[in-house]
Amino acid sequence: MPVSAIEFRDVSFSRPGHAPVLDHFNLSVEPGDVLALVGRSGAGKTTLLKLVNRLLLPEAGAIFVEGRDTREWEPIRLRRRTGYVLQDVGLFPHMSIADNVAVVPRLEQWAAERIAARTNELLDLVGLPASQFATRWPDELSGGQRQRVGVARALAVDPPVLLMDEPFGALDPMTRAELHAEFRRIQERLRKTVIIVTHDMGEAFALGDRVGVLDEGRLVACDRPDVVVRSPEPLVRQLLDALPAIPRPPAVQGAPR
Amino acid sequence: MQRLLEFWIAHRVELAGLIGQHVLLVFASTLAAATIGVPLGIFAARRPRLASPLMAAASVVQTVPSLAMFGFLLPVPLVGGVGARAALVVLILYAVLPIVRTTVAGLRGLDASVREAGIAMGMTSRELLRQVELPLALPSIVAGVRVAAVVGVGSATIAAAIGAGGLGEYIYRGLSMVDTTVILAGAVPAAALALVVDGSLWWLERQLSARRRSRSWRVPAAASVAVAIVLLSSGAAARRERGVIVVGSKNFTEQLVLGELLAQAIERAGVPVDRRLNLGGTLICDRALITGDIDVYVEYTGTALTAVFHQPVSNDPSAVFDSVRTLYAKTGRTLLPPLGFNNTFAILVRGADARSLGLKTIDDAARQSPRWRAGFGYEFVERPDGYPGLANAYGLRFPQPPRVMDLTLTYRALAAGQVDLIAGDATAGLIKGLDLVQLEDTRRYFPPYDAAAVARAETLLRHPEVRVALEGLSGRLTADEMRALNYAADVEHRDIGAIVRDFLAR
Repeated sequence: MPVSAIEFRDVSFSRPGHAPVLDHFNLSVEPGDVLALVGRSGAGKTTLLKLVNRLLLPEAGAIFVEGRDTREWEPIRLRRRTGYVLQDVGLFPHMSIADNVAVVPRLEQWAAERIAARTNELLDLVGLPASQFATRWPDELSGGQRQRVGVARALAVDPPVLLMDEPFGALDPMTRAELHAEFRRIQERLRKTVIIVTHDMGEAFALGDRVGVLDEGRLVACDRPDVVVRSPEPLVRQLLDALPAIPRPPAVQGAPR
Repeated sequence: MQRLLEFWIAHRVELAGLIGQHVLLVFASTLAAATIGVPLGIFAARRPRLASPLMAAASVVQTVPSLAMFGFLLPVPLVGGVGARAALVVLILYAVLPIVRTTVAGLRGLDASVREAGIAMGMTSRELLRQVELPLALPSIVAGVRVAAVVGVGSATIAAAIGAGGLGEYIYRGLSMVDTTVILAGAVPAAALALVVDGSLWWLERQLSARRRSRSWRVPAAASVAVAIVLLSSGAAARRERGVIVVGSKNFTEQLVLGELLAQAIERAGVPVDRRLNLGGTLICDRALITGDIDVYVEYTGTALTAVFHQPVSNDPSAVFDSVRTLYAKTGRTLLPPLGFNNTFAILVRGADARSLGLKTIDDAARQSPRWRAGFGYEFVERPDGYPGLANAYGLRFPQPPRVMDLTLTYRALAAGQVDLIAGDATAGLIKGLDLVQLEDTRRYFPPYDAAAVARAETLLRHPEVRVALEGLSGRLTADEMRALNYAADVEHRDIGAIVRDFLAR
C-alpha cells in the first residue's frame, strides 16, 4: 500500500476554554493531489495546516507526513520540506523580492549562483519576470503580485508538500481568477501534494482535485468535486447555495444538480 | 562673544583635547551600552515576565542624579574612584535604559505575520532573530542609541567633576570662577556636539528604515567618517600630556589657583605634571589621593581634621596642624608645611549694610538675623564646624532655614540682595570685587584652616625633587596675596596659568 503524503489519524486539538477545534479527526492526502478544504472562519482550517508542519502538536492522535509522525520529525527539517503560503503573505519588508524568494535556499546554504538561478526560474514561473521584479521591494507590489511572490517563496527548495492558507482571500475577483488559472498551470507541471484552505466554495472547486468541507472539527464531506456537489449534507448544500454562480470544473459540466 | 572667541583661540589646543575626550567618553560609553543593552533588550522581549522588573530597575538607575551616582561609585573597587573609568561606568549605566527600551519596543512591535512566516519557513530562533527580527527592529534600536548618545553628551559634562575631562571642565571652571565666558566656552561646543550626534544618528536611522540599495555604500561611508572622527578625537585627547605627578584640586577658584601653583612649582623642578583640577569636593580629592589617582593637592587643616578624619573641632592652629599631620602620616600621606594663609570661613555681609548698620562682628549680625535671610554652600550646612554650631555659638536666628546653593553663587546672591548673610572663604577675590565685608569671629568659633599641600608619601619618596619643590612654597602666600590672586582670576578673569606664572616669577 502506498504511503499517503499527509495523513491525520484520530487527531484531537483544542484551545483552552474553547470547543475542540479538531475532534477525532481523520484525513489523508495522496502524493500529487490538491486537497481544497472549505469551512467557515474559525472552523479550524489554519490549525489544521499548522499541525502538518509542526507549528502545533496534536493533543491526541498523530499526523504523518511522508509516513512519519510529526513528533518524530525534526521541526526545522519538516518545515523546510513543506512550503507554506500565508493568509497575509508575510513577505519580509526589509528584503528585496529576490531575497524574499531566496530565504529558504539561503537557510539551506545553497551556493550563490544556484540561489540566483533558482530565484529567476521561480519568478518567471509565477509570472513575475526576474528582470523586472528581482530588485523591487514588497511595498512596491500589488496584492496579487505579492501573493505570487509568496507562492514562489514557498516553492523555493522544491518541497514535496505545499500548505496554502487562504492564499487568494484578499484579492479582487479578476486577479483571483487569474491566479487560480496560474495555480492550475503550475500544479500541472510540479505535481506537489497541496492542502489549500479557503472559506470560498467556488475557490475550492476551482483548485481542488478533492474538496473537503470542515465543520466543528469534523470533515462532513471529502471527495472529488463531482461527488461533493451532489452531497446531501445540509452544510454542503448551504455552502453551495451561497455561491452566486458555481464555476464548475469541466468534469461536472452539465451534470444534474 | 568677542571674549568667547578670544578664549577659544587662546586655548585651542586644550579645547581640541577636551572635545576629543568628550567625544571619546560619549562614543565609548554609548558603544558599550549598546553592547549590553541590545542583548538585554532581546532577552527582555522574549521573556515578558522578566521585562517589567528589568525596565523598572533601569528606570530607577536613570533617575539617580549623576553627581550622586559618582558619589555612590567613589568607594567601589575597580569601577569607582576618580577619572575616566568611573565616568564611563556612570555614562554606560545611563545609556543602557533607552537602548533596552527601544530594543524591546522594536522587537515587540513587529508584524506577527512576518515572524510567523519566518518560523513556517523553517528558521531556527537564532536565524529568525538575525535575518528578520533584528533587521526590522534596527531603526527602533538606532533611535534608542541616538537618545542615549545625545543624553550622553550632556551627562559627560558632569564627568569633569571626577576628573574625567571633557568639555565639562570649562563649565565647572567657569562656574567656580563665576565667569560666563568660560562656562560658554564649554557649553557651546557641548551643545553643538549634541546637535551633530543627534543629526548624524537621525540620518543613519532614516537610511536604515528607507532600506534602499543606496545605503550599501552610504552607510559604510558614514561609518568610516565616524571612525575617522573618533580616531582624530583620541589623537587630540592623547595630546593632553600624561605627567609623572598628578596634581588635583577641589572645584573653586582658589583651589584651581593652588593646584596650578603646585603644578608649576613641580614643573619648575623638571618633573612633568598631569593636572586633575576641579574635582568634585573634599571627599573626592581625599579618595583620589588614597587610591593614587592624584599624588598631591592642597587641603586646609581644619577641613582635614573635621571633614576627612571626623575629629572634634579645635581652635589652636599648631595643635590642629600637628594632629592632622599625624593622622595623614598614619594613612600613608604627608602633610607639607603650611603655605602661609588661613582660609577660614568668612561670615560676609554687603558693604552697604555693614556701613549703614555699623556691623563689625558676627555678634552684630546675630542681632539683625531675625530680619535676614542666609545663604550657604552645601558643605557649610553639613559640616560639624559649619552652620549649626555657628548658630549656637552666636545665637543666630533666621526666620527661614538658610538657602542652600552652590558656594560660588552665594557671593552673587549676597551682592544681588537675594540673601543678607553668607559664609564665604576669607580669601575669596570676590569679597573685594563685590564690595563685601567680613565680620569678625570674636568668639573664635571657626577652627584654623591653614592651607598646606598633602601628598602621597610614596610619591615623595620616589621623587625627592618634588618634595623640595613643594617645601619651597611654604610660607610664601599671605592671606592678602591669596585674595589678590583670587581677585585676578575671579574678577579680572585673567588666565590662571598666567597668574601663577607671574606670582612665581616675583
